[in-house]
Amino acid sequence: MTASIDIRDVAKTFGHGARAIHALEGANLTIRPNEFVTFVGASGCGKSTLLRMIGGLESLSRGSIAVNGQPIGGPGVDRAMVFQHYSLYPWLTVADNVRFCRQLKAHTRDRTSADVEKAAGRADALIRLMGLSHVAHAYPSQLSGGMQQRVAIARALMSRPPILLMDEPFGALDAQTREVMHDLIRHVHRIEGSTIVFVTHDVEEAIYLGQRIVLMAPRPGRIDTLYDVPLPTERHQDMKLAPAFLALKRAILERIRETSGMKTDLEQLARLNADAAATAME
Amino acid sequence: MSASKRARGSGGSLWQIRAAIDPRQYWLLALAGLVAPLVVWLAASHLDGIDKVFLPGPADVLTRIWSWASDDDLTADVAISTWRVVAGWALSAAIALPLGLFIGSYRAVQALLEPLTDFIRYMPAVAFIPLVMLWVGIEEGSKVAIIFIGTFFQMVLMIAEDVRRVPLAQIEAAQTMGATRGEILEKVIVPFAKPALLDTLRVTMGWAWTYLVVAELVAANSGLGYAVLKAQRFLQTDKIFAGILLIGLIGLLIDQSFRLIHRKAFPYLAGRQR
Ligand SMILES: Nc1ncnc2c1ncn2[C@@H]1O[C@H](COP(=O)(O)OP(=O)(O)OP(=O)(O)O)[C@@H](O)[C@H]1O
Ligand SMILES: [Mg+2]
Repeated sequence: MTASIDIRDVAKTFGHGARAIHALEGANLTIRPNEFVTFVGASGCGKSTLLRMIGGLESLSRGSIAVNGQPIGGPGVDRAMVFQHYSLYPWLTVADNVRFCRQLKAHTRDRTSADVEKAAGRADALIRLMGLSHVAHAYPSQLSGGMQQRVAIARALMSRPPILLMDEPFGALDAQTREVMHDLIRHVHRIEGSTIVFVTHDVEEAIYLGQRIVLMAPRPGRIDTLYDVPLPTERHQDMKLAPAFLALKRAILERIRETSGMKTDLEQLARLNADAAATAME
Repeated sequence: MSASKRARGSGGSLWQIRAAIDPRQYWLLALAGLVAPLVVWLAASHLDGIDKVFLPGPADVLTRIWSWASDDDLTADVAISTWRVVAGWALSAAIALPLGLFIGSYRAVQALLEPLTDFIRYMPAVAFIPLVMLWVGIEEGSKVAIIFIGTFFQMVLMIAEDVRRVPLAQIEAAQTMGATRGEILEKVIVPFAKPALLDTLRVTMGWAWTYLVVAELVAANSGLGYAVLKAQRFLQTDKIFAGILLIGLIGLLIDQSFRLIHRKAFPYLAGRQR
C-alpha cells in the first residue's frame, strides 16, 4: 500500500499578534507514492510542525494537504506516526502494543474470522521482523530505547498504513543501534511499499535513508532546497564513505549553517573570548 | 568504583539518593520507626511527677481499649465510624472520578470547573457544619456529608492532575491509529492514569479519616470520633489516646491494603525506578 502527498502553500502560525510565531511559511511539496523523503534543517525550522500537519495532528493556518488527491481533515488510519519517545503504552506487553489498533473500531469493522487470523499472523510477522520475539511478553519499561522504538515501528505498521511519518524516531539512540535501525527501516520501506516521511537533524541519517532530502530553514520556517540522493535504491553502510555521499553531506551541512544563523553566535563567542582575555590582562 | 563496593549493591549505601534498599532493611527500619515513639512514650509516662490524666502510659491505654471492647461497644463504634468514612469517601470518588476525568481531558470543562473547585476547597469543612445540619439534618447523612465536603474538592483536582499526566505522544499515537475520542479516554487515558488514580484514592481515604472527629461533632452518639470527644469532656485521657490510636491503626491497615492492591494490579510498574 502506498500513497502520494500533496502539500500546497501550507503555512502555520502559532499565537496571535505581536507574539505570533511563523513556524512555517508557504510550503509546497509533492511526495510520490512509495517515496522515502527526509526532512532536515536547523532546530526550530518547522520540520515537526509540517510532519504533524501531514499527520493531521496540527491544524493548517493556510493551504492544503492532500493524500492521493483527497484533502485531509485530522488524523487518519492511512497515515501512521512514529514519535521520538514515550508513545508506547506501559501497561501493555510488547505484543499487545503491536496489536493495539485491533482494539479500535476503525480497524475492526466488518471483520471476519479470516481477517482476525490474518491480523494475528501480521502481528507475529512484525514482531519477528523487528527482532522482538524474545521480548514479546515483556513490558516497554523493561526494554532498551532501541527495542522500544522497534515496538513503536511495528505498532505503526500493524494496519498496513500507506504512509509512515517519523519524527526523529532514532534521535535518542546510540550510533550502533541507529545503524541497525536504518537498515531495518529501509527494509520495511522496500517490502511494505509505504511512503515514508522522516524528520531528523542528522544529515548522514537523512542521506542514507532518503531518496530525496527536503532542507528547511528557520525564521520564518520554510522549505529551502530539495536534493535528490545520488545513491542506488539498495543501500549499505559503506556508501557513507562514497565521494557522492560525502559531497552531498558537505553541501547540506553548509546550507544548514548558512540558514541557521549560527554565524552571529560565533561572532558573539569571539567577543566573549576577547572580553575574557581583556579581563585577564587587568 | 571498585567491583566489591558495587557488588554490595542495594544494601551497601543507605544514603545514596533514591537508591533501592533491600526489603529486610526496609522492614527493620519501618519497625524501628514505629517502635521508637512507643519506647519514648513508655519512658515519658514513667517519669516522676507525670500525672496519668496528663499522660497515660501504653499499659493504661491498652487496658482502656480492653474495657472499651468488653464493657462498651468498641466494635460498633469502629463499624459505624468506618462506615461513615468509607461512605463519604466513596461518594466523593463516585463523583470526582468522572468529573476529574473530564476536567483533565477537556480544557473547556477545566476552565468551567477548576477555578470554582480551587475556590471551594479552601473553605474549611468544619465551617460547613451548621449548613449541613440545616440542609441534611442531624441523621447519618450529615456525617457522611461532612466527610464528603472534606475530601471531594481536593480529590477532583488531584484526579484531573493524574489524568493530565498522560503523555501527549500516547494520545496522539492512538489518534493516528484512528481512535475515536471515546476510545482514547477508555483505552489510553484511563488505563494510563489508573495507578495514579489508585494512589489518589489512597491518599484521600487518609484525609477522610482525619475528618471523622469533625463529622462526629454533629449530633453523634456513637463512633470513634464521638468517643474521643466524649472522653475529653470527662477528662479520660487514656480513652482519647485509645481512640486516636485506633483511628491511626485502621488508617494504617487501609493504607497498606491499598498499597498491596497497587502492587498486584500494576505488575508493569515493578522494579521501575522513578
Ligand atoms: N504548540 C506550539 N506553540 C507555539 N509555538 C510552537 C508550537 N510548536 C512549535 N512551535 C514553534 O514553531 C517553530 C517550529 O517548531 P518545530 O517543532 O516544528 O521545529 P523543528 O524543526 O521540529 O525543530 P527541532 O529540530 O528542534 O525539533 C519553533 O519556533 C517552535 O518554537
Ligand atoms: Mg522537531
